[in-house]
Amino acid sequence: MTLRIWESQAGEAVSNSSSRSCNCQSRPGFTRRSFLRTAPGAVGGMAAMVAALSPLKDLPEGSLPSVEEFMQKHYKEMSPEEMDAALARMSREVEDRYGVVPSIKDYKPLEGVQFVYALNLSRCIGCRKCVHACVEENNQSRSPEIQYIRVLEMPRGTTDIEEGNHHYDRPTVPGDTHYYLPIQCHQCANPPCTKVCPVEATWKDDDGIVVIDYDWCIGCRYCEAACPYWARRFNFGEPSLPKDKINPDMGYLSNRPRPRGVVEKCHFCLHRTRQGKMPACLEICPVGARKFGNALDPESEVSQILKTKRIFVLKEEVGTLPRFFYYFDERYPRDDGNSPESHAEPVEASE
Amino acid sequence: MKKYCVFLSRCLALSFVGDWKYYFWMFFLSVIALMGLNAYTQQFVNSLITTGMTDQVSWGFYIANFTFLVGMAAAAVMLVIPVYIYKNHDLHDLVIFGELFAVAAIIMALLFVTVDLGRPDRFHHLFLRFNFPESMLAWDVIALNGYLLLNLHICGYLIYCAYCKRKPTRLFYIPFVFIAIAWAISIHTVTAFLYSGLGGRPFWNSAVLAPRFLASAFAAGPAFLILTLMVISKATDYRVTHKALMTLRNIVTVALTINMFLLGSEVFTEFYTDSAHVASAKYLFLGLHGNNALVPWIWSAIALNTTAIIILYSRMSRKLPALSVACILLIIGVWIEKGMGLIIPAFIPTPLGEIVEYTPTLNEILVTLGIWAFGLLIYTICVRITVPVLSGQLTVDTQLRDRHTTTTPLRGSSAPHTITTQEETAR
Ligand code: SF4
Ligand code: SF4
Repeated sequence: MTLRIWESQAGEAVSNSSSRSCNCQSRPGFTRRSFLRTAPGAVGGMAAMVAALSPLKDLPEGSLPSVEEFMQKHYKEMSPEEMDAALARMSREVEDRYGVVPSIKDYKPLEGVQFVYALNLSRCIGCRKCVHACVEENNQSRSPEIQYIRVLEMPRGTTDIEEGNHHYDRPTVPGDTHYYLPIQCHQCANPPCTKVCPVEATWKDDDGIVVIDYDWCIGCRYCEAACPYWARRFNFGEPSLPKDKINPDMGYLSNRPRPRGVVEKCHFCLHRTRQGKMPACLEICPVGARKFGNALDPESEVSQILKTKRIFVLKEEVGTLPRFFYYFDERYPRDDGNSPESHAEPVEASE
Repeated sequence: MKKYCVFLSRCLALSFVGDWKYYFWMFFLSVIALMGLNAYTQQFVNSLITTGMTDQVSWGFYIANFTFLVGMAAAAVMLVIPVYIYKNHDLHDLVIFGELFAVAAIIMALLFVTVDLGRPDRFHHLFLRFNFPESMLAWDVIALNGYLLLNLHICGYLIYCAYCKRKPTRLFYIPFVFIAIAWAISIHTVTAFLYSGLGGRPFWNSAVLAPRFLASAFAAGPAFLILTLMVISKATDYRVTHKALMTLRNIVTVALTINMFLLGSEVFTEFYTDSAHVASAKYLFLGLHGNNALVPWIWSAIALNTTAIIILYSRMSRKLPALSVACILLIIGVWIEKGMGLIIPAFIPTPLGEIVEYTPTLNEILVTLGIWAFGLLIYTICVRITVPVLSGQLTVDTQLRDRHTTTTPLRGSSAPHTITTQEETAR
């Protein structure tokens, strides 16, 4: 026992002096014996650690945020100058990466506007032109492929979307026994997706569009789980799009190229619609099935549709209050009288 | 303060000392943890595309393990309640082992959420703009971190008192113990609400989810503790009484029974109603349109849990080997049920009726194993320190006595000495 104490003291002295010269940290409890036993372990441990971290050297350039990006504030907290600086940074990044000088602006919601979408199911032929127009307009990643609009091929006689075929592939559309149901973000008036976001990276703007700050999202995908319409997409990989496919007219909250690891979705083409243009999916539609406009303007086409058509929304029971309406061509019989289909006379109701 | 630093440094030194079994176990865990770190680095470089997750199944293995571990952490209270509310003293010292496990489990759970993030580099956004009280995830962040701090405080304080040979001041820990009891129930409830609050996912949107979470947690957690205590009694001279283990066994039995009952109620409601909402449950239990990746999982979970229940109710389980078998079966069963059986089917079919199946990739599995190994590493170290302190082999006195014998009071020179003597007594 005495011997051991002496030994440990001597060991301590030795390891203390040697530790100073070899610049290891002197810790209580280091005797020569334990030092000899620990040192190879420590060296081995460090080597293993370095080996474990080695894939970091393949980290693609630019995948770590720049200081500017790291310090950037939440969209709603930026001053106009800060916003300008952020837009300038983004524009620089797009130029470096795609060789195109974009125009990135921060489009604000317009006063007195509530956007709604209406889709005529009697007309839609399921050609998926809207799907691709959307991808081109909004600079979506081509690989991995991201699309905001999903068109379901529905057998006639049901509105149960679980019956829909997502991957129909026929030489000519429409099929004889089907109708087509395109689905994209419904810009819910009571959106479950914004409620769940832990960092408020997504919110409902004043004109009703649900937007995402791609520089704020932490990529938890809770919103993706919360959306009842499967409208949200996540950048699981580094988004890639060919240089010649870039659309240079960009908005901060809409179609600027997204970084990896964040969520995106349809935003009613807000960089177009907040300037009075129509969404890309509407413009491409060959049969005019898509209608878009301001529900607060009684003269707008969508207001007329909401008033006169038999409209419905998907999954009304989940209470999300979508502003994306579906309708069929047939009007309500109780019309203002000037439509040709309006022929039904009011019938006395029986008990 | 100085005394506290000495205590910490001695703990650190102690965690590097043990017999060959200890070294082997620690080496094994370290290797796996490093493999996990390597896999995570791969994921960090290449983004989440290295996992099996898709837009259709947007949460997978990580969140499944997270859910399970939150439950395990909450289960520490099942030891605390008998001791502090019912004054059951058999379990008194064992409470610390439960709470230490809670600490390790919470650390693992937090790691699982972190590796699941698409942008871990933006973690600080949580501090800058926190969507509280709207987002249940924000609640969960508070609940988990609060629980971690509470348990760190309680265990740290009690162990340090034992080390100083002081009687713990009740005021410094009893109030926290009671807060921790409520808090433990809340962490699991909040985590259940995270899922059950989503109207768009009928498979989760059920009121029975939170009670089911608690029941399964209170089965799996104490079962894990039974196993740990058996290992501790084997590997050290710390004695765990048979009676304490039997108390735990009773807790496990009751909780598992309730869990099976709740599972049964859920299955009945889903299948008897047979509404459109049953699709996910059908996929899980029977397979849907020829897709049945999860069917073998859930049925093995049910088989494991049923076997465990049978063993637990029979007299066999008074014997330790049978009890340990039951505990292992049950932990695996609950792990499957809470993980693969609860998180993944909610995404299949998608809200638009599309069926995309999910299998974790190798990289994802390695990250998962790595986190588990890291958590067990932490827990092993904690237990390694706690056992000698609680049994009075490592106290402030052992050091003082050394100070007297040492002529030159080199600080810390005593540590290796006490450890060797204590090692000898252990052998
Ligand atoms: S459709 Fe989905 S993503 Fe769009 S607002 Fe509604 S819940 Fe959010
Ligand atoms: S993925 Fe992004 S937007 Fe969605 S909830 Fe998480 S942080 Fe919010």
